[in-house]
Amino acid sequence: MTISNLNLVGTLPLLFLSAWACGLLLVDLWIPGDRKHMTGWMALSGFAITFFWVSSNLGQREEAFGGMLAIDGFSNLLHLVFLGSGILATLLALNYLKQHDIERGEFYPLMLFSVVGMMIMSMAKDLIVVFLALEMLSIPLYVLVGFARTRADSEESALKYFLLGAFSSAFQVYGIALIYGATQATGFAAIGDAVAISGASPLLLAGIGLMLVGLAFKVSAVPLHMWTPDVYQGAPSVVTGFMSVGAKAAGFAAIVRIFFSAFHSLAADWAPVIVLFAVLSTVIGNVAAISQTSIKRMLAFSSIAHAGYVFVAIVPGGYGALSDFAASAVIFYLAAYGLTNIGAWSVVIAVDHADGMGSDISNYAGLARRSPGLAAAMTLFMLSLTGLPPTMGFVAKFYVFRAALAAGYTWLVVVGVVTVLISAYYYLRVIVVMWMNSGDGQVVTPRALNFTVGVTAAATLVLGLLPGPLMAIVESSVRGLF
Amino acid sequence: MTAELIIFVLLAVIAVAAALGMLLSSNAIYSALFLVVNFGVVATFYLLLGAPFIAMVQVTVYAGAIMVLFLFVIMLLGAERLRHPNQVLSWQQPLAVVLVMALLGFAGYVVSMQGLASPPVDVANTVSYGSPAAIGELLFREYLFPFEATSLLLLSAMVGVVVLTAVDARRGVSRGVSRDRRS
Amino acid sequence: MSPVIGIVIEAIIKSALMVFVLATAFAYLTLAERKIAAFVQVRKGPNRVGPWGLMQPAADGIKLLFKEEMVPAGADKVLFFLAPILTMIPAMVIMAVVPIGPDVELFGRSIRLGISDLNVGMLYILSVASVAVYGIVLAGWSSANKYSLLGGLRASAQMISYEIALGLSIIGPIILAGTMSLQGIITAQQQSTWYVLWQPVGALVFFLAGLAEVNRAPFDMPEAEQELTAGYFTEYSGMKFSLFFMGEYIKMVAVCAIATTLFLGGYLGPYVEQLPWLGILYFTIKTTALLFLMIWIRLTLPRLRYDQLMAFGWKVLLPLALANVVVTATATVLLG
Repeated sequence: MTISNLNLVGTLPLLFLSAWACGLLLVDLWIPGDRKHMTGWMALSGFAITFFWVSSNLGQREEAFGGMLAIDGFSNLLHLVFLGSGILATLLALNYLKQHDIERGEFYPLMLFSVVGMMIMSMAKDLIVVFLALEMLSIPLYVLVGFARTRADSEESALKYFLLGAFSSAFQVYGIALIYGATQATGFAAIGDAVAISGASPLLLAGIGLMLVGLAFKVSAVPLHMWTPDVYQGAPSVVTGFMSVGAKAAGFAAIVRIFFSAFHSLAADWAPVIVLFAVLSTVIGNVAAISQTSIKRMLAFSSIAHAGYVFVAIVPGGYGALSDFAASAVIFYLAAYGLTNIGAWSVVIAVDHADGMGSDISNYAGLARRSPGLAAAMTLFMLSLTGLPPTMGFVAKFYVFRAALAAGYTWLVVVGVVTVLISAYYYLRVIVVMWMNSGDGQVVTPRALNFTVGVTAAATLVLGLLPGPLMAIVESSVRGLF
Repeated sequence: MTAELIIFVLLAVIAVAAALGMLLSSNAIYSALFLVVNFGVVATFYLLLGAPFIAMVQVTVYAGAIMVLFLFVIMLLGAERLRHPNQVLSWQQPLAVVLVMALLGFAGYVVSMQGLASPPVDVANTVSYGSPAAIGELLFREYLFPFEATSLLLLSAMVGVVVLTAVDARRGVSRGVSRDRRS
Repeated sequence: MSPVIGIVIEAIIKSALMVFVLATAFAYLTLAERKIAAFVQVRKGPNRVGPWGLMQPAADGIKLLFKEEMVPAGADKVLFFLAPILTMIPAMVIMAVVPIGPDVELFGRSIRLGISDLNVGMLYILSVASVAVYGIVLAGWSSANKYSLLGGLRASAQMISYEIALGLSIIGPIILAGTMSLQGIITAQQQSTWYVLWQPVGALVFFLAGLAEVNRAPFDMPEAEQELTAGYFTEYSGMKFSLFFMGEYIKMVAVCAIATTLFLGGYLGPYVEQLPWLGILYFTIKTTALLFLMIWIRLTLPRLRYDQLMAFGWKVLLPLALANVVVTATATVLLG
């Protein structure tokens, strides 16, 4: 590799954020213990600078580090999702950590590291980089999940997440090793070439399968979803909001890039597996969510179901011209889910108290009277998660199902629509409880939280009514990539 | 049979025996030591393959650092022996045997189907293959990004460990010890 | 005679010689230590067996051989037996890559004074040193004695901590010489000068970390008598005990020999090119001087407290070694 294809300039936003994280670790040493929110503001500014930096140059088509990284519309758009969720979660954390008495400066650099890992994941064009990125986003998350470590449930969920995550990483590494054994390459392009010549061998298929296990764990798809409810419930809610969006989106980014570019010629082999993930996740996620009484567990199962819908969008990816369409559907869906889900988790944070008593759905009774703004926003989020107009969630689901229809998977779309109807039951129940029932209880709404809820609600609504411009941007940046 | 093949077979037998010993011994210390033996044999394989650098790193990192820490933790916790051997989840043992047989069968099938791929580099004809300079070149040129990403990854892991274990200066107690569950 | 067999025979002879030399060095190092201690403490020291007590090591050896071997009741027999051996072997084999003189002509062959010259010699030293901890840890654990266990744990913690500083301190000479082969490092010093002048910090860190690696005073926490009776070898007696004893002293020799090679020019000295055999003499003199320094330090300094030891390793030596690496690397790049 020479300096010319190193392309440091193209990766500057990524390098900047990494350096910012390292610098923040040092700076944090000199910030007194009772003013750690300053670290948070600095992390926030790092996120924001990178966000605008990336968004100023969406349409790049470059490679860096000798072809190990791709800087293109796909990665840039997903960077915005990661950075956006980082920004919103940091805003929420500013008050949340203090309120729960777990404020420590290291929270923010760890979050930055995790976002750096997600960004690398979406750029990766080499299996080694995919693995490193996966670890880089996961390890800070393991720690963040256990951040409230005097609380036993936080520790429990951190341990569960860590053990199962390490286990799934092992699957992935084994898969990578088998793929390397079959193709003698780790770069996606080289693997694609080798696969195109040799076709599917048992060794290669085993490798792909094992790697998919590792990635499907990260996006919490059924049947690798068992950890999700416990971890989402036990972790500090800001972390849950962050990881349910970021880690999931990063996992899907890797899946899309690997399967669309390295293994596109094997679509007939992997598509059935993806279909299976899609069907199982949507059905089991939505059905299991019905019986939940805790809003956190309900949202956890809902996130499993949403992983299923993204898989529906990935299915057509192997079919030549449709892969661009599929990739843009994935991005749009992840953006919609990200905005809505972080919004929903901010409302959960507002209702949840330090004593952990506000996490029941029954606690939302009468929220409309106590805090109409919050209740209205939550209503919007629930509608969006269901996929009802006039929200962004509706457009996203429409987009996803259209992609599957184009590939001829009508029955899959039927399953999807049926599960959406199932999901309406438990999402709408929250709305009913908020508006129809009466109850009392404190809500804590600091300014940063109000801002987060406002921004996400507005975006959910506006992009639901006028999705055109965003869709155009997404489609134009992804066109011709896969 | 060449001398190299004889050595390889001998070492392979030791490696497999050590791996089995690690799995089957009921004392965690012995398990760890068997694993060390296994690492040592693998290092010797690297030597046979003409990669002394990797061999030495294998010994230093795995046998010398990681397994010593394993032993350290096992001894510190006094966790050498399983308290209830084979009581919990005993049904998993036969299942595991079946699954391992399935995996071995599959691996044998794969190997017999297509054979193992030949190494991408012709070892014999590459003088500097596996030398420190060659590995340095690879790490800092072709694999520069993974290398740097790894350092960042390790940094974040280290910060994470400190966060999870460090004594909270403000409270003056280790938060891992005081388990007051607020309720 | 085919060349392969010749090489094998040469290696066997050299290894046997090396073992013999090291064993003798161990014997007389113990005597030297006792004599120097006596001198420092203004007393006579061993002077009964042979002239100036020169036969004392032999007498000690015979005594140890005939002592009763004790195995504690709860001990893990296998590991209890294995541990002393595991301590000895690394101490012996680490010297394999250290050249003790230039090539010499003997029986019509060019013979290297040194068992082997690996192109990853420095890594070999590090890896052997990192494995050396097993004997001590297992001795501590298998004795079924809390003092032993604590000693073993202390030893492993200490050795792992100081290994990092040790590993970083040798990077300076490697960068300067551009090779990991010890022979190459000596040749490079022939062209410039002793690396102790270019790498004073590296040499200091290496020496201190080396002291800690071999558990010598003031870093002999694992065997602190006042706290742990005798640490990891509390339960050992007879020959097994003497193996530990031997291991410790041979490790001392090894650390000093490696320090000589890395920082004091190894076998280099005046007229060594004309008379290659002089190299062995220079090498011995330098190593002995360092050994004397080690003994002197032991007789002068009190033992550190355990937390002081850890703080020193992690907060002083490690940053110092890191800074040394950065400065050396930068200077090498800038000055060419």
